Amino acid sequence: MAEPVNRALPTAHAALARLRRGECSSEELVRDVLGRIRATDGGIGAYLWVDEEDALGQARAADARRAAGNEGRLLGVPVAVKDVLNVRGQPCTCASRILRGYVAPYDATAVARLRAEGAVFAGRTNMDEFAMGSTTENSAVQVTRNPRDPERVPGGSSGGAAACVAAGEAVVALGTDTGGSIRQPAAFCGCVGLKPSYGRVSRYGLTAFASSLDQIGTLSADVRDAALMLQVMAGADCMDSTCLDAPVPDYGAALRDDLRGMKLGIPREYFVGGLAPEVETPVRAAIEQCRALGAEVAELSLPHTEYAIATYYVIAAAEASANLARFDGVRYGRRARAESDPMTMYCRTRAEGFGAEVKRRVILGTYVLSSGYYDAYYLTAQRVRTLIRRDFEKAFAHCDALLAPVAPSLPWRLGEAADDPLKMYLGDIYTVTANLAGICGMSVPCGSSADGLPVGLQILGPALGEEKVLRVGHAYEASASRPAAGP
Amino acid sequence: MDYIPSIGLEVHVQLRTRSKLFCGCGTRYGAEPNSQVCPVCLGYPGTLPVVNREAVRLTVVTGLMVGSEISPYSKFDRKSYFYPDMPKNFQISQYDRPLCLGGAVAIDVEGASRPIPLKRIHLEEDTAKNTHFEGFSGVDFNRAGVPLMEIVSEPEMHSPEEAFAFLQALKEILLYAGVSDCNLEQGNVRCDVNCSVRPAGSKALGVKTEIKNRNTFREVLHALRHEIARQVGVLEAGGAVGQETLRWDVAAGVTVGMRSKEYAHDYRYFPEPDLLPVALPRAWVEDWRAALPEPPRARRARLAREYGLPEYDAGVLTADPRSADFFEAAARLSPNPKAVSNWIMTEMQRLLAERSLAPSDARITPRALADLVALVDGGTLGSTGAREVFAVLFAEGGDPARIVAERGMAQVSDAGEMGALADRVIAENEAAAADYRKGKQAALQRLVGQVMRLSGGRANPRVVAGLLRERLK
Repeated sequence: MAEPVNRALPTAHAALARLRRGECSSEELVRDVLGRIRATDGGIGAYLWVDEEDALGQARAADARRAAGNEGRLLGVPVAVKDVLNVRGQPCTCASRILRGYVAPYDATAVARLRAEGAVFAGRTNMDEFAMGSTTENSAVQVTRNPRDPERVPGGSSGGAAACVAAGEAVVALGTDTGGSIRQPAAFCGCVGLKPSYGRVSRYGLTAFASSLDQIGTLSADVRDAALMLQVMAGADCMDSTCLDAPVPDYGAALRDDLRGMKLGIPREYFVGGLAPEVETPVRAAIEQCRALGAEVAELSLPHTEYAIATYYVIAAAEASANLARFDGVRYGRRARAESDPMTMYCRTRAEGFGAEVKRRVILGTYVLSSGYYDAYYLTAQRVRTLIRRDFEKAFAHCDALLAPVAPSLPWRLGEAADDPLKMYLGDIYTVTANLAGICGMSVPCGSSADGLPVGLQILGPALGEEKVLRVGHAYEASASRPAAGP
Repeated sequence: MDYIPSIGLEVHVQLRTRSKLFCGCGTRYGAEPNSQVCPVCLGYPGTLPVVNREAVRLTVVTGLMVGSEISPYSKFDRKSYFYPDMPKNFQISQYDRPLCLGGAVAIDVEGASRPIPLKRIHLEEDTAKNTHFEGFSGVDFNRAGVPLMEIVSEPEMHSPEEAFAFLQALKEILLYAGVSDCNLEQGNVRCDVNCSVRPAGSKALGVKTEIKNRNTFREVLHALRHEIARQVGVLEAGGAVGQETLRWDVAAGVTVGMRSKEYAHDYRYFPEPDLLPVALPRAWVEDWRAALPEPPRARRARLAREYGLPEYDAGVLTADPRSADFFEAAARLSPNPKAVSNWIMTEMQRLLAERSLAPSDARITPRALADLVALVDGGTLGSTGAREVFAVLFAEGGDPARIVAERGMAQVSDAGEMGALADRVIAENEAAAADYRKGKQAALQRLVGQVMRLSGGRANPRVVAGLLRERLK
């Protein structure tokens, strides 16, 4: 059974209820958050930047707005933001040296929508540099520790966001997921991580790592908060051509306590070889719990799963090599000292500004797009991607959602995966498929190992099938938190 | 030995859109540096492109004008290279799925029309503009992201003059379609030229060189003349032409090789993941096709036929569709289209050129020009007076009859008044009068001129000549 996260902070929906009833002010709520950050973040390192005065100013403005009789779906609720999303007037360094000094001149669309509903942007959270990594150890700035075990990583790349939610240093946080970067840290830290379908939330203002895979989502204490945040952020955006013009359903209404009538698939390929027993056991138990809640559960196959990692790393690296070309020291960020020609300036700026993992992926991406190699790597990867997408289409023709582990192992010890990129890449096996297929997925805490380390249950749904994923997640979460719940 | 040049052109045309290709920034030329920029066209982190539909329409309209096949499925690609004028260090262009394929531009060669086939037409974004100062450089991003259409011809022009004719014919088409202002001074049209020569009789093309980024058609002409002579010289001397990229040194009048570093790129094209493929609805394309303007060559022939104009006139009038539009509007109101044409080809073109104006900037209306022609044909105005009235109409507009009345410019044909002036001039110019009587016809013109002068230009010269002849019999 999942242990409830030990949080001194309310969920967003609970906080909103109290704010609406006048039981607390946004200023008090934000002061609580800032107090928690001061008290515990020294030992965790989730935040890269907090401006207390600015956050309190936003909170007071929210209180004034409420006093004037204006509601907002998130009025007065503080939100922590992964350092990859642009919030006007705040730094947005992607935890990289190369963006040191860069201040965002505009709001990402998701941020603007949250702001319009009254959210308060309290601080920026640590991450793997440019979202490249699975441990947050690739941050050029600082280490983030797992709140459940400070000797372990929080996962990544949204490690700071997951850690601050799990440690009760944030009510709710925004993350991004390119190959598992929301779901895996959520599983490692023991919170809820929702990656919406590709195109569900506008990417405008998300500093791109891999454009065809990136998606903005949330890290939250419960599923209801994920639904609440998605409700505000989802929907077409004229600034992002890849954002889908599909109606946004009432996600809150999808949250029910049972799973009667739902068909859940268990992908065989996600329970083979490298899956650690400490992970498999609680995931299997969670699947049984879902069956007990009324779902019909059946095994099925996603036959191209074994090619997912290679496919992902070719496509992601290719897109990243072009996306990161703009960081050249000409217009913003940090420029290396160079007296001579622009080419030398570029080389020095990028050599000094990027960390090893970013360089590795830029070089890999440049290579796979080079003339003579394009067909063998990039084009082949795109073809396999289509096959992986079809695997899911076929699966979702028979079931509403899939249940699987999030990561094959428990959270690594700090430094354990840092020197072995391949080991780190292989850890993404169960999460990259959702990004390749453009479908939605969520990680929900499903108990702990014997050492008390959290384990996540991954719920995958079809493209634009967030209602189904949220429903499964919520029903499971509700049953898991009921004392002595039994079939 | 005779050599046959083969010339291909890549013409970059700035499209006439109000906003840039992928953001809402303006495209006005000559604005304060970096005043028409936003996070998108500056390549800021997190920004995304959104395609300007009008730019797509203008590109497709161009394709329709030259008979291209319009791709029902087209896409954008990233072309990667590092340069300070590139905000993202990749350019969004079209690689293997351009909007338009094929087509041709007809040129006139030695009196016959010949189609120069096109490879493709695609859409891409322009780069920023670098300016080098002492010790530092500046980048103006106003131009970054402005929509550029690239028209690529087959290498099927065989002389610099044909290349020149191609560019002129293409410019006419672009002006007709309203897709570009084609303002060469503002760099609206820029050419890359590739050229090779082969011995007459040989089938295989020679090794080609490329001359980058020429702004005027004259430069293309001169650069090609020089480059062809250079290549022939190399071959004649038993050497081999190297495949290289050249730039044309305007001042020295020579082509100069660029260092290989400046152009040796692997552009690593791949599909732009931030944009959806362009799937043009057939209905749109058909609507655009239905709204196409008459092509310049067809209009030229029609003007000659319908209005009885000489080929030359039709050519001059149709070089700019706005001139042709003005002509047709006036000619429909006048029984004398040739006179209308003369006014447009001479006075109007001269005044426009003097003031660097476009035909649409003149205040004169087609109705006013038709009325002016009528006043001249009816004898109310002489040529000097008519030119004066035209100048007023051009600058201020108005009704020619009223201008003539208000300024007392009506031509005087009254025999009494003119007779008195004729008598006076004969009396004051006895020598000329005597010459005429002796048979010198030219002397009469001198006398007519004197009467015109005394009348302040208002006298009708034909009436005056008649009166003088009568008196000198």
